[in-house]
Amino acid sequence: MCLGVPAQIKEIVDMDNQMAMVDLSGVSRAVNIACVLSDTNSAETLIGQWVLVHVGFALSVVDEEEAYKTLKILDEIGELYATMEDLKQGEK
Amino acid sequence: MKYVDEFRDPKQAKKILLEIDKLCTEIVLPEDRPIQIMEVCGGHTHSIFRYGLNQLLPKKLEFVHGPGCPVCVLPRSVVDNCIRIAENEDVIFTTFGDAMRVPGSEKSLLDLKADGRDIRMVYSPLDAMTIAQNNPDKRVVFFGLGFETTMPSTALSIMQAKKLGVDNFYLFCNHITIIPTIKAVLDSPGMRIDGFLGPGHVSLIIGTKPYHFIADEYQKPLVAAGFEPLDILQSVWMILKQLKNGEAKVENQYKRLVNDNGNASALSPIAEVFELREFFEWRGLGSINHSGVKINDKYRQYDAEAVFKLKEVTVTDPDVCQCGEVLKGVLKPWQCKVFGKECTPEIPLGALMVSTEGACSAHYSYGQNIDLINQKL
Ligand code: SF4
Repeated sequence: MCLGVPAQIKEIVDMDNQMAMVDLSGVSRAVNIACVLSDTNSAETLIGQWVLVHVGFALSVVDEEEAYKTLKILDEIGELYATMEDLKQGEK
Repeated sequence: MKYVDEFRDPKQAKKILLEIDKLCTEIVLPEDRPIQIMEVCGGHTHSIFRYGLNQLLPKKLEFVHGPGCPVCVLPRSVVDNCIRIAENEDVIFTTFGDAMRVPGSEKSLLDLKADGRDIRMVYSPLDAMTIAQNNPDKRVVFFGLGFETTMPSTALSIMQAKKLGVDNFYLFCNHITIIPTIKAVLDSPGMRIDGFLGPGHVSLIIGTKPYHFIADEYQKPLVAAGFEPLDILQSVWMILKQLKNGEAKVENQYKRLVNDNGNASALSPIAEVFELREFFEWRGLGSINHSGVKINDKYRQYDAEAVFKLKEVTVTDPDVCQCGEVLKGVLKPWQCKVFGKECTPEIPLGALMVSTEGACSAHYSYGQNIDLINQKL
């Protein structure tokens, strides 16, 4: 029910009704962008951005920088283990 | 798709699982009881089973599947009211697919559709509004349900109907709010949850600040989590770290989408169209104060409840159903007397068996605990 899918905004088709076309895994679909418009995100700046789409509405813009940071943390969590594996390898 | 594959990397998952294993051995709870983490959101339940995460995680760590599957907590009386509305000859009843098979007292919406009534599954409430535009001689009712994630969409669709002068469009509003729900879980007797996986997509609307009372007043950690396997594993790891250090904080793992302050552009249509209900009746959990919203006076003409003069009646589940106990984490799904017998995803008796986000259906469909199921059969 609450799951959404990431999609990329391609073009604004109806500014009056705040509708944009997105690419949803290769399928074009019109979605409402009222929830991702703000002082910092005008319709123009949204084009090309990735958003989370839920029941026909873009609910949030994917923050690339934060995504990158999270992936980096994930990498670091594994690092300790990787070092231990290296040590084990060395012992052999 | 952006940031989907990256968060499904099995190599990375393996490493985090080892870290989780290690943390689990370091956390010792009284009487050697298992560490219980509640995933509040049904979307997480679905992911956990779909990727078999519960089988990968140490035995000492248990997921308790929370009440965050909106379809699962729909009381029979609401389904009965849907049927009452949809039975009108001039009504086209529209709903998300998930709600079609939820059993009412006598029938489900799917049964009524089979009887020939005009009931349509839609992808979006905006699609329902378009159906209203295209059928001016019909009354088109949209069955609105879900937590804060779905509220902005329904609110914006109503606002759009008003803007375009579509006056044959109505909302049967059964939206529910997350905070009173979590509070009800925390206050329920026998509650032993050690930490919470916070609902990711509810959080992108409301932010993470509203959860602070969970850490401050109940001393439980909560981590707002994404839905990919690595999101969930990382969040579990974050909760365990807190438990090990004796901390209780609200943390945000899903920063690529969730802002701590929430989304103001999504909150404003909610405030424009809805107001809190005194209380809302939940299947299995009973009545929870201020846990639901209804349409406010300004938008009253779109309110199906007023237009169709619906009565609020309580209809209890059949005695054999143990959905309430399962929802609160007191019973495991397969411990319910009718699990896999009278109650299956094909013929659900309780709502937890209806959607793959429901604990019972997830257990059943993904072959979970096959041994135990076999023992029971
Ligand atoms: S098996 Fe069916 S009746 Fe029992 S708790 Fe699950 S959904 Fe409810």
